Amino acid sequence: MWQPRGRELGAIKSALFALCLVPFAHLVWGVAYDALGANPVEAVTHSTGWWTLFLLCATLGVTPLRRATGANWLLKLRRMLGLYAFFYAALHFLTYIWLDQWFDLAAIAADVLKRPYITVGFTAFLLLIPLAATSTDAMQRRLGRSWQRVHRFIYLIAVFGVLHFWWLVKRDVTEPALFALVLAGLLGARLYWLLRRLARVTRAAVATSSG
Amino acid sequence: MPMLIRTTSDVAPSQITPKSVYLRRRAFLERAIAMGLVLPLLPAQALAVGARKLSGRPGPFSASEKQTPYKDVTTYNNFYEFGTGKDEPAIYAPKMKTRPWAVTVDGEVKRGGVFGIEDLLKLAPMQDRVYRHRCVEAWSMVIPWVGYPLAELIKRVEPTGRAKYVAFTTKLDPETMVGTRLPLLDWPYVEGLRLDEAMHPLTLLTFGLYGELLPNQNGAPVRVVVPWKYGFKSAKSIVRVTFTEQQPKTAWNEAAPNEYGFYSNVNPNVDHPRWSQARERRIGEDGFFTPKRKTLMFNGYANQVAELYAGMDLKKFF
Repeated sequence: MWQPRGRELGAIKSALFALCLVPFAHLVWGVAYDALGANPVEAVTHSTGWWTLFLLCATLGVTPLRRATGANWLLKLRRMLGLYAFFYAALHFLTYIWLDQWFDLAAIAADVLKRPYITVGFTAFLLLIPLAATSTDAMQRRLGRSWQRVHRFIYLIAVFGVLHFWWLVKRDVTEPALFALVLAGLLGARLYWLLRRLARVTRAAVATSSG
Repeated sequence: MPMLIRTTSDVAPSQITPKSVYLRRRAFLERAIAMGLVLPLLPAQALAVGARKLSGRPGPFSASEKQTPYKDVTTYNNFYEFGTGKDEPAIYAPKMKTRPWAVTVDGEVKRGGVFGIEDLLKLAPMQDRVYRHRCVEAWSMVIPWVGYPLAELIKRVEPTGRAKYVAFTTKLDPETMVGTRLPLLDWPYVEGLRLDEAMHPLTLLTFGLYGELLPNQNGAPVRVVVPWKYGFKSAKSIVRVTFTEQQPKTAWNEAAPNEYGFYSNVNPNVDHPRWSQARERRIGEDGFFTPKRKTLMFNGYANQVAELYAGMDLKKFF
């Protein structure tokens, strides 16, 4: 399997960095030129939310893709994808508290407490913050084994994200259902590996005790 | 993983013909038709399509607020028959044929029957009415409609003593109404009013907006507009008006009874289970640099309609 070297990997990373900025650039351009339709705040909210979910799925897709293809270098892109998911989630959150609610804390609190789709969305965003904060090499070294445990929260975050989308649509659940399907595949792959490993461990244990 | 690229619209704003240009095109066509050049070449249908002028005398109850731009009124629509995207009705609805068009009036009436759209257009004098329009999704517009009170039609068909409600059925044409291929709602779309609500002078049988016949995405060729209720109560592209003794089964109420009541009066004090109804975003005005505005009881028409609901618990009958 082809593995990029230092400079090639740098180029790939730069390209991915620029690519992930395209939706943001599109929104900035759309706001500046009034090209986001009749309800630009809604357009920004939907777009940032959609790209958050997309990038969460992309982040979760790295490991299955790496295992399927043997392209281990893909792992080196995962942090950037995860941080971009956080970037769009933060924009989404900012759009909500600023442009939608105008920092009306009472209304925001009522939303978070009373409306399940906002409760799960808000929780997902809160959970994402420690993951972004511990994404550096230094933090990874400092946390050691517990780093992975912390970062497994991404499974829950992604599930909450899809629920957030599903519960807010009025009637047409096509898009949330597509995300749910993709996420089910990505999490299902991990469940499959886990069960297989358990079976192997059990077999080994049985073999040891009977031998 | 395949990249899902999502575009907000298939048509770039730069590709949309400015109104001034397409108005010239229409003028050219009209001249050409007058000269007998185009007439033999076009099917009759093509001539009926396109916005014809429709104006009325200034009517009562008009709001003096700033009107929502024509472009927003005609490109940001909820008309699920043509898809759930706000931009989809403007893309798909133009293919719907609105001539010939007939509206069946039946049920508990003495003089029901089938009304051709041309007869309905002439049934009573047209009025211009600028109404606030509040969507259940917490956005709003101010739209200059053209029509006459629905009561004009109701009086002519003479409801019987048993008539308590009026149901409006929207056209169902799966060929052009691509949204109806999905079971999003129980098609055809049915909405309804209590008879006294339907008879209220604010309730408008509507044929036009901004001085022209309704664009298809806004409910051509005939719809009702009930400005003190959430927008979905104002049925579009009506083909049947049925007078009933029992409360009719209405589309959104049937789909999610805990979220969309039969009455669905605009009420800032009764939230939708999933979002607040206390504020609204006025399309074209409340954007990036202004907060949402407060929603008014009965969408600001409390003086006209509050008495219809005297003694009713509006939290229960939401």
